[in-house]
Amino acid sequence: MAENSGSILVVGGGISGLTTALEAAETGYEVFLVEKNPYLGGRVSQLNQYFPKLCPPSCGLEINFRRIKDNPKIKVLTLAEVEEVHGKPGNYDATIKISPRYVNENCTCCGDCENVCETEIPSEFNFGMNKIRGAFLPFDMAFPSRYVISPQIIGTEDAKRCKAACKYDAIDLDMAAKTINLKVGAVVWATGWEPYDAAKIDNLGFARYPNIITNMMMERLASPSGPTSGKIIRPSDDKEPESIAFVQCAGSRDENHLPYCSYICCMASLKQTTYIRECYPDAKVYIFYIDVRAPGQRYEKFYKKIKADENVILIKGKVAEVEEAENGNITVVAENAVTGEKIRQEAEMVVLATGMQPTAAAKKLPADLRYNADGFVINDFEKGGMFAAGCANKPADVVSSNQNATGMALKAIQTLRN
Amino acid sequence: MDKKYGVYICTGCGIGDALDMKELCDVPEEEGFPVKTHPFLCGKEGVELLKTDIKDGTNTLLIGACSRRVNFDVFRFDGCIVDRVNLREQVVWSHPRSEFPALTEEQKGDEEHFDRVQMLAEDYLKMGMAKVGKIDLPEPYKPDTFTRKILVIGGGITGISAAIDAAKAGYEVTIVEKEAHIGGYAAKVRKQLPIEDPYEELIPPVIQAKIDELEKYSDITVRTNTVVARIAGQPGEFTVTLKKPGEKIEFDVPFPLPEEMKLDENGKDLDVEKQHEVYLEYNKGRADILTIDPSGEAFGAVILAAGWRPYEPEGDEFAHLGLGSLPDVVTNCQFEEMAANGKIMRPSDGREAKSVVFVQSPGKGDDDSDFEYAGSVTSLVSLKQAKYVREDYEDGKAYIFYQHMRTPGLAENFYKSIQQDEGIFLTKGEVVSVSKNGEGMIVEADNTLLGEKISVKADMVVLATGMVPATVDDPVVNLAYRQGPSFRDIGLFDGFCDSNFICFPYETQRTGIYAAGGIRRSMTMEESIEDATGAALKAIQCIESVDRGVSVHPRSGDMSFPDFFFQRCTQCKRCTDECPFGALDDDEKGTPKPNPARCRRCGTCMGACPERIIGFADYNIDSVGSMVKAVGVPSEDDYDEPPFRILGLVCENDAYPALDMAGLNRLSFSADVRFIPVRCLGSVNVIWIKDALSQGMDGVFLLGCKHGDDYQCHFVKGSELADVRMKKIGEALTSLALEEERVTQFEVAIDDCHKLPKMINDFVEEVEGLGPNPFKGF
Repeated sequence: MAENSGSILVVGGGISGLTTALEAAETGYEVFLVEKNPYLGGRVSQLNQYFPKLCPPSCGLEINFRRIKDNPKIKVLTLAEVEEVHGKPGNYDATIKISPRYVNENCTCCGDCENVCETEIPSEFNFGMNKIRGAFLPFDMAFPSRYVISPQIIGTEDAKRCKAACKYDAIDLDMAAKTINLKVGAVVWATGWEPYDAAKIDNLGFARYPNIITNMMMERLASPSGPTSGKIIRPSDDKEPESIAFVQCAGSRDENHLPYCSYICCMASLKQTTYIRECYPDAKVYIFYIDVRAPGQRYEKFYKKIKADENVILIKGKVAEVEEAENGNITVVAENAVTGEKIRQEAEMVVLATGMQPTAAAKKLPADLRYNADGFVINDFEKGGMFAAGCANKPADVVSSNQNATGMALKAIQTLRN
Repeated sequence: MDKKYGVYICTGCGIGDALDMKELCDVPEEEGFPVKTHPFLCGKEGVELLKTDIKDGTNTLLIGACSRRVNFDVFRFDGCIVDRVNLREQVVWSHPRSEFPALTEEQKGDEEHFDRVQMLAEDYLKMGMAKVGKIDLPEPYKPDTFTRKILVIGGGITGISAAIDAAKAGYEVTIVEKEAHIGGYAAKVRKQLPIEDPYEELIPPVIQAKIDELEKYSDITVRTNTVVARIAGQPGEFTVTLKKPGEKIEFDVPFPLPEEMKLDENGKDLDVEKQHEVYLEYNKGRADILTIDPSGEAFGAVILAAGWRPYEPEGDEFAHLGLGSLPDVVTNCQFEEMAANGKIMRPSDGREAKSVVFVQSPGKGDDDSDFEYAGSVTSLVSLKQAKYVREDYEDGKAYIFYQHMRTPGLAENFYKSIQQDEGIFLTKGEVVSVSKNGEGMIVEADNTLLGEKISVKADMVVLATGMVPATVDDPVVNLAYRQGPSFRDIGLFDGFCDSNFICFPYETQRTGIYAAGGIRRSMTMEESIEDATGAALKAIQCIESVDRGVSVHPRSGDMSFPDFFFQRCTQCKRCTDECPFGALDDDEKGTPKPNPARCRRCGTCMGACPERIIGFADYNIDSVGSMVKAVGVPSEDDYDEPPFRILGLVCENDAYPALDMAGLNRLSFSADVRFIPVRCLGSVNVIWIKDALSQGMDGVFLLGCKHGDDYQCHFVKGSELADVRMKKIGEALTSLALEEERVTQFEVAIDDCHKLPKMINDFVEEVEGLGPNPFKGF
């Protein structure tokens, strides 16, 4: 094999970025993996299970983290954001800003700081559904397994208490942001997606009515490590819901919001139906959809299995509005597309199957890249050098993202070899 | 290597507070191992301490501190054996003194009281010491010969794309194509779906441009009219025999005996010799898999891109749709062929087909499934072909009846652009019948968006049938492997060569062979092109890993490989049969021939071997067996009521992290259990269980991954095989007058840490109910 020239910068440590980074490193290339959160894993670390296998994402993440541990060719930078990339294929300069964690490598994860910290902050990881301490481990299996001090407690007595509690001198309250420069030959942007802001879908009542949640919130509710330790209860009164309605295409396939299909939401709702049916054998689930996008042998089989459950009622119809009753129940109003009749279905809880929006939709990435109208990066393989992987490139499920991300490792390698 | 030992115990993170350090240090000291403690071993000063000792010659280090899952980099010292004793997560964090109080001075030394947590820590230390005595640093395996050349099977759009992508990275490639020309189906279409933004318009086929690009690479060889007769050997040094399609040659791969041929006329198993005789007869004229074709070509890895064929309806499967009886009802592939050849005409009379109905789902009863082997590609193809009708006839009309229009992601843009065409009518609907109507046809549909029941006059009807992977008909890869010529696992996926892992889409049970495109899933050309790139990367990665002498996923980078002590092999063939990756090929006597580059280092062979002759440098029967034997089993000679001892053999991939998480969350469980991590439950040899019981341990359980169709075992079959072995061991226990309930297996997922304490405690309680192991004290 010819000499490797240069290394690869992978931006984003979600499942796509992890895949690109690992596949390239295990082929023999040096990789810098840059992640803005204090932990790797991205969106999938918030999921309870994957469809259609219903297996926990932490299982694959654990293997991936082990691959990183065993491979000195990957350098991981967390709390790190790329500020600028310029140059040309084979020769890029990247400027990376690293925000302070206020915890250094001495941290043993003993938890003493968390125990003394009094300030509570809403958990971003759990979409604000619970509070965590100002000194926290992002989640049990977080990698790197190291605590974080929230910037919100910096300068307070609490921060000092945390520092005093640490036996290992791991808390450094004077830690400052720093900037580093990397020279790399190729860049893979795996910057992922954000759940579409459900509050923007005015007619669906999110943020107005407490018992309307999003599908990502449902993942956290169902997760054993989530805010309710895996109990699916409705926010207003902690009641175990006896009926739940899913509103598909909440924002997606809608010219006022996301004109494209978000790929995963149909399968995600079918999967979440299993969470509910597992917890509550008598609960009824209503799914309002335009099309059930469960393509291919494997997904169709899963769909058939869910459909066979007599407590699951699938209704072809787009939800037009929602109303809240005094008891907190929600009435979903839709038109059955086949029969034409207007349906009013009351449910104790409503899940909006919100879609995905590329991270770059809100703010363009700091490099010379092309985008489509919705903010997805268009890959230019002719030019080479920089590529988008996973959901930065298009809406996709985990399998397709990983296929794509594996391929992008090769595109990056090709750049280095030419 | 001459081992110079050092034991290092960290007293931080609560370890020193909970345990009697002096007594703990006495354990290694009594064995002559030097011991040092440090309050913060992973800190700079602690690591310096280790480095100084390493400089002074210590090369075998036992670190009693936190789990090996953390501080992995801090305690990695090249050239040294390092083992971690998990005193933190699995001793002090999961056994708080509030629940497991330490002994008072008076209680120490009497025969009534004992400190369960201290005993636990001391046992783990002893087990670690026993282990490091039995392991060596692995040395990489390098095959005798080595090539980086890649074989691509299939010259369609996937194969061509994969070849170009591999060549671009500097690898030599040979494409074999069974037809006379490359291009595959992609060369047979009129137009294709958009492959890039804005995903709105049909585009001319891209295949010619791909073929032109291919021709620019001198490193790519194309062999048409060629198929694979056999692939023998292992990654890095596969020997491939190619042949003309239909030819019968000596190096056609022999097939394993079908199950029914292994039986005699009374339905009993034929004996080994007789079976071999029948096997030879069955494969007459074909050289044995171990005979290497002297004129075979060498390849390092293989990309399987043999694609698909159109679904062939069985009998009158779609009679209600007129297929077979009405000549103007065709499948999407037949329609494509007509469209590629010119204007769309009715097959029955050659007249213009201006009104065409596309049927997306066969619609039987309340089944709203698409046709078998369909995918989003079949939805998209209906939309594409509707457009052909509009291209050919200004007044043409296309009707698409679908149950679910499956155009996920950005493919929605194409769907939307089709919706703009006023000559294309799209509706959900269940097509109930297609019948003759004069010279044309009438299509009737129920439950449509346009009304309850509608009828449409049609010149032609097109069914959106699916794409059947080539592997349904034929193994294609024709592996000269004792386990058989096919890809494995395809039964789970209706013949598709897909991976069962969401996270690892290119995982394969045949190391070095990676599937891409339509053979994996029904895909569009865009998806196939993308998939090809990923498969090319995996092929390259496998080749480079072989060159470095390391394993590929999931134990990527592992240099160990199974070593066999053949003198004691009894040719039972279990290792060959049970290896999830088909890494072993036994010879005619049944002696296994290892192919280390196919091996994924799970140790299933080691678990299977009744003679215990298989092991790895750093993981073997003796290393684990010695750990089992190092567990102290107190008897009535020691205490009035001695504590029970239970062994837990845990999968290190999922169950072990789950145990760590229990510790992190300070969830407590019985202190009478001793855990030993194993590479996979498949590697568990029953001798360890027998050893445990014969030395008086009271029970044994295995903790591993879910098995079955949605298996989570990273080595595919490990937990399933262990389950079978555990069921068998029950009989052996009964013969020893031990209760079967003393040995069991639990399935845990990695996020089950909250369930673990109950699972463990319930088992301990159950064993306690059985009473102590009668062998205790002997």
